[in-house]
Amino acid sequence: MNRIEKKLLTKRFGIIDPMSIEDYLSLGGYAALQKALKTTPHAVVEEIKASGLRGRGGAAFPVGQKMEAVQKAKSGVKYIICNADEGEPGNFKDRYLMENDPHQIIEGMAISAYAVGAAKGYVFIRGEYSRSVYVMDNAIKAAKEKGFLGKNILGSGMDFDIEIYTGAGSYVCGEEFALMLCIEGNPARSTFKPPFPTAEGLYGKPTQINNVESFANLPHVIQDGAQEFAKIGTKHSKGTKLVSLCGNVREKGLYEVPFGVRLWEIIEELGRGVQGSIRMVQVGGASGPVLPPNMLGIKLDYKDFADNGMSLGSGAVIVIDTANEVLDIVRNTLEFFRHESCGKCTPCREGIVHLLIILDRFMLGEAEKKDLELLKTLIQAIEDTSICGLGQAAPTALKTAMRYFPEVFAAGIKKRSAKAI
Amino acid sequence: MEKVKVKINNKELEVEKGTLILDAAKKAGVSIPTLCYHPDQEIKANCRVCAVEVDGMKNLPSACATVVCDGMVVRTNTPRVRSARKINIELLLSNHNMSCTTCIRNGNCELQKIAAELGIRENTFDNIMVLQDKDESSPSIVRNQNKCIKCGRCIQICANVQGLSILDYTGRGHTSEVKPAYGKYLNDVRCVACGQCSTVCPVAAITEKEDIERVWEAINDPKKHVVVQTAPAVRVSIGEEFGMEPGEIVTGKMVAALRALGFDAVFDTDFTADLTIIEEGHELLKRIREGGVLPMLTSCSPGWINFIEQYYPELLPHVSTCKSPQQMFGALAKGYYPEKIGKKPEDIFSVSVMPCTAKKYEAQRAEMRLDKKHQDVDAVLTTRELGRMLKQAGIEFSRLEEEEYDDPFGISTGAAVIFGATGGVMEAALRTVYEVATGKTLGSIDFTDVRGLKGIKEAAVELNGMKVKVMAAHSLSNANKVMEMIKSGDASDYTFIEIMCCPGGCIGGGGQPYGATDELRNKRISGIYKADKELPIRKSHENPAVKKLYEEFLIEPLGERSHQLLHTHYTNRKNGR
Repeated sequence: MNRIEKKLLTKRFGIIDPMSIEDYLSLGGYAALQKALKTTPHAVVEEIKASGLRGRGGAAFPVGQKMEAVQKAKSGVKYIICNADEGEPGNFKDRYLMENDPHQIIEGMAISAYAVGAAKGYVFIRGEYSRSVYVMDNAIKAAKEKGFLGKNILGSGMDFDIEIYTGAGSYVCGEEFALMLCIEGNPARSTFKPPFPTAEGLYGKPTQINNVESFANLPHVIQDGAQEFAKIGTKHSKGTKLVSLCGNVREKGLYEVPFGVRLWEIIEELGRGVQGSIRMVQVGGASGPVLPPNMLGIKLDYKDFADNGMSLGSGAVIVIDTANEVLDIVRNTLEFFRHESCGKCTPCREGIVHLLIILDRFMLGEAEKKDLELLKTLIQAIEDTSICGLGQAAPTALKTAMRYFPEVFAAGIKKRSAKAI
Repeated sequence: MEKVKVKINNKELEVEKGTLILDAAKKAGVSIPTLCYHPDQEIKANCRVCAVEVDGMKNLPSACATVVCDGMVVRTNTPRVRSARKINIELLLSNHNMSCTTCIRNGNCELQKIAAELGIRENTFDNIMVLQDKDESSPSIVRNQNKCIKCGRCIQICANVQGLSILDYTGRGHTSEVKPAYGKYLNDVRCVACGQCSTVCPVAAITEKEDIERVWEAINDPKKHVVVQTAPAVRVSIGEEFGMEPGEIVTGKMVAALRALGFDAVFDTDFTADLTIIEEGHELLKRIREGGVLPMLTSCSPGWINFIEQYYPELLPHVSTCKSPQQMFGALAKGYYPEKIGKKPEDIFSVSVMPCTAKKYEAQRAEMRLDKKHQDVDAVLTTRELGRMLKQAGIEFSRLEEEEYDDPFGISTGAAVIFGATGGVMEAALRTVYEVATGKTLGSIDFTDVRGLKGIKEAAVELNGMKVKVMAAHSLSNANKVMEMIKSGDASDYTFIEIMCCPGGCIGGGGQPYGATDELRNKRISGIYKADKELPIRKSHENPAVKKLYEEFLIEPLGERSHQLLHTHYTNRKNGR
């Protein structure tokens, strides 16, 4: 293990057989659930809150706070949803979690169910992840057989069942409202909020919807205690973060690091650098910012990112070397969002197409000076008025490219011939 | 109710908790532009035109979907807000066939209005519209994809009010469109042609199929004797096309206007509405006496007839065999009137002015052709089309002197006027059926139980010691409930049920002036009942002209001639029209 790694969620990877619940149990599996069942739901929520754990899906909303809202919501029916629709290009952490240690996620969901009072849970798995579906399905069945799911779990009187639901490969299914509509049998299209899922979620009932990695953290918070958990990471970011490292680095793969490590450490120490030199790094996936090499000192930390006007996203690190051009990468990202837009709201549906049209003018060297301003205005409107996070984040790569690589855009502006002047 | 304090553009005010920013702003005297928003519909918040700035919020929330909270500071006119609104409208325009000057909605298009209000002078974005053919398969409705802004109002009204879901979003992202399933033509799906979608469309993506030119042609043809009939609901709504109040009764002006357009004779559908009551009333009494299929269902609303033929054909024996007033009129216009004025049926061109788009389909039905060839009603104009025709002719509607309908189809009663509102046919029928069956005079002729916008209404009357229960339902989602009641036997103690396809009845029809909301429908309904009250005769069987028609020509209700001219049959169209 490298000096900057810290294995918590991945500590059983490669050691246990993901298809064997006995393996999981032999390494202390489901002890956290048993521990939780001995305390009150309120105490569980308090523990999670105290841990400072924040959602790992991208929005980084405090998990305990979300659970508290669902717990307090007055409703006979509540739901737990594990968002495993990992569609963000560059990300593969959820897939690794599901395929290497599925019970950790199930245990986290069961702990949540106990805390908020839900009897039914869904794992919404990206359609293309057939192996993940297979492993999770096996794990859910095994957990049911052993009494960790089902009726009267471990004699506690609590019922909780999990069902797997798969999407058909649409990126927007990862947006929580679209995801819930999808489970309800509707086309996946996002909608406005509030109300938030914690108040009116699946089938209009209070719903705790969290990312796979968030749920996988819960058994550790409960088992080790909030205090112990909070020792990992930084002041503002607690615990570890799974990093999907990919792109032009030598050692691509999934790494688990404590919050606070610097981007260059991840790239150089874990990924063993690139062959040539780095052009830029895109953090968080397609919806994340692109950073120039001189900014790689930034720490993996919610606050450090926020201070730089960015968000950490779901933790992908895509390294791009100088064999690739900035605008090609940006264009590719926008093309992705154009294709994946659900089409509901104007700015995302129509706006991204025009970002591409204008960007093409820069790429052909035919842009005019006013096109820079036009891009900025359009980006602002898309960010300001898109109905969901997909649209709001779609121009991020372009926006940060314009901020950090202005020379590339300047070069795309049509030069007037001497005659014309 | 709990109050919250909000500040909108530096104006502080108190509003009820749960108020939308949009409504709070209205109270503060600020109007926020909206496009997908419709007061009677669920919030969609997809056009993003009503964006506002709220202190402490990262993005610009939409005013139509965001509820105020205590201490909220809202700004509706900042550079950021103006820019976002403008960009979103420009984006819509960039994927829109901007042929405003030749567009059917020129002058009353909501997109055009907002573009004007926002001061859009040129579109910064390239127009990337890929032109598609219009869907003109339906005799009633035209769908023009090139105009669609994907607001989803049509989808909602079709699904929530009519319960049909003929239209929905297809595809994804930039290629998403609003269409019938599998991209089929409207005429190839089980659309009932009610045109409700066209009444809520903010642009010209869904409109009525215009028949104006055909009518001009007939008027200008010296060989043709062109007659026109006007439906009950039109007299309380056509004024809206000329800036008059919704519900204002403009019957006399409308008659004058039609005469000014060049129609040879101006008649009233109300006359055949009275006739309908006589025929339908006797049919009901016959069914009661002879143990026929009950409850009997009304048959005046062609959208509703399309619905039952396509969705509940097994219940068709319940439907009255009476033609709708429009078609009774058409039959008389071709089968009785020509002889009376010494002309041949083929010399008559019969036009109707209807609040309805389904009437266009009804007029084209094979069953509605006395000579098996020519339509009894040659052309149907919606209220909106009549408005346009009058404008084309330069007729200043509001300044016209009132005129009277022509003989012999000009005299009608209050019972006929109320056909225009939900519950009206039922009320009119009760007025006549009671007196015909009992031989007694009704004390009060106002059956208020069946009036108003409640979805399904009930009333009961005593007929010679027998309690007769009746029901009136409007909009097809309610019709659907009634059909299920009949199927399950829950409606077996009802004798007579009125069904109207459109919300509010004909005054809320698919061919009516734009901007119908429940508030406006109520105003039109008030106009209808006011017109009823003001008429000297308010019972169909007391209409002297109808009496004379029976004496001279029809002989008796449900008789031989009635059978030929005034009754029809229905077809199982479960597999489409």
